[in-house]
Amino acid sequence: MNPPGDYSSSELLTINAARLLRDGEVVFVGVGLPNLACNLARRTHAPNLLMIYEAGVIGAQPARLPLSIGDPTLVSGATSVCSMYDIFAFYLQRGNVDVGFLGGAQIDRFGNINATIIGDYEHPKVRLPGSGGSMEIAAWANRCYIITPHQRRRFPEKVDFRTSAGFLDGRVEREQANLRGAGPQAVVTNLGVMEPDESGELILTALHPGATVEQVQENTGWEIKTTPALRTTAPPTGDELRILREELDPTGIYI
Amino acid sequence: MNKITSLSNAVKEYVRPGDTLYAAGFTHLIPFAAGHEIIRQGIDGLVLARATPDLIYDQMVAAGCARKVIFSYMGNPGVGSLRFVRGEIEAGRLEWEEYSHFSMISRLQAGAAGLPFMPMNPTAAGDLEKANPQYRTVVDPYSGGQVVVVPALQPDVAIVHVQRADNQGNAHIWGIIGEQKEAAFASKKVVVTAEEIVDEDVIRSDPNRTLIPGFIVDAVCHIPFCAHPSYTQGYYDRDNNFYLQWDEISRNRESVQSYLDEWVYGVKNRSEYWQKLGPEVHQRLQAGSRPSAVVDYGEY
Repeated sequence: MNPPGDYSSSELLTINAARLLRDGEVVFVGVGLPNLACNLARRTHAPNLLMIYEAGVIGAQPARLPLSIGDPTLVSGATSVCSMYDIFAFYLQRGNVDVGFLGGAQIDRFGNINATIIGDYEHPKVRLPGSGGSMEIAAWANRCYIITPHQRRRFPEKVDFRTSAGFLDGRVEREQANLRGAGPQAVVTNLGVMEPDESGELILTALHPGATVEQVQENTGWEIKTTPALRTTAPPTGDELRILREELDPTGIYI
Repeated sequence: MNKITSLSNAVKEYVRPGDTLYAAGFTHLIPFAAGHEIIRQGIDGLVLARATPDLIYDQMVAAGCARKVIFSYMGNPGVGSLRFVRGEIEAGRLEWEEYSHFSMISRLQAGAAGLPFMPMNPTAAGDLEKANPQYRTVVDPYSGGQVVVVPALQPDVAIVHVQRADNQGNAHIWGIIGEQKEAAFASKKVVVTAEEIVDEDVIRSDPNRTLIPGFIVDAVCHIPFCAHPSYTQGYYDRDNNFYLQWDEISRNRESVQSYLDEWVYGVKNRSEYWQKLGPEVHQRLQAGSRPSAVVDYGEY
């Protein structure tokens, strides 16, 4: 379902994700839309964004669109390359990462993510790729953002398998677990933005231009609350669209 | 000691049916040529460990080499699903043991350091720890808090591809170094494949770049383009087209079999495979030049 306006769902997702990043932050980047979002932020409002890739690359300045998490273009011109153990231990576990991006097959009411299986673990109906780095990113990055299309099957009330922690069964439970990261701060979809309330439950806080609360409800597996101060996000600017289309993904691989 | 041998001899000598194998390389330097040689020799019952099984293990599983996979991200990197392994798991035909990236790498780190296990901070997600009994939680004797631990992984054999090595196995690696060093130190036997075999003098000119010392290496094989369709930094690019093609090939058993027949069983070795790829592919994967500034170690 494409939103109105002259841009695609993926462009809308990417641009709104980019706007969440602040200049000077250290961000743990995944391939695909998060990678586009980070590179877009670096070319607009956050020129000093430090990009870390889970393959062990620090301060990457990719000259072309990376097509895998370990693309050689990430290495050439980076400030540092380290082992996989170091990137997870010294950078992530030690607390040197401000922002992590996550996705997954299912995201539940409390922002927990399933990237492992649909159905029973021993006899999976669908075997998904699994955690990769997401278990640790969700726990240890200072803040996390989730980017995903808004579809009912992606937003069940409870995930089949908790691959990575959101607010568990509520904010109190995450606080008791004493994780160093604050957990998911926003879920950006093609319809709008959801953020956790005081209890850790994801509620609708912003709609993209033209999207409706009804559309969000139809595509969400629990009865979604809406903040009284519901915002409308600013439409993508000509500049943002131009950088995405002409500089970052000129052949339209991700957008 | 000169350890140079052919890949076919190295595989015959050091990879035995039933072994636990770690073919190293995170996206970079994946030793596909060795995977193909193992397939050609029909070695089976293997436990295939890798953080990302990647296409190399998808092909080895398809060829019937494996009884089990150990992994932390089972996808086709940058493309989507790793279809063959996924299908075998869903059909209940393949055993698997699963970790997060950090716990998988921590297992190797412990193995490489000769420790029984490695502690990590808890992540609270919980379900993987319940599903895989290898994860345990123990009390930190200093703070009284809890840490999650995973046991050391010490594979029977590691295969590590590198840019250059001397004939004793001293190996220079640059670019993404993933878990190359850890896999080599953790494993009981180590086979090094190299884009180039160089003089010991070249190695000694830049000792900081030697990730793997020759004395832990059992065999050295000179295999240019060993990593295709993955890549070797500074030598050739990743063949992203092939990763996309594999997504189609791996949709059914017949097309996988005809791929194996043509590109694995149908060629004698990597050099024949590379020639068969042809000039269009060679040219598309060429890397430009971007040398580092020279480092002066000083004369003392």
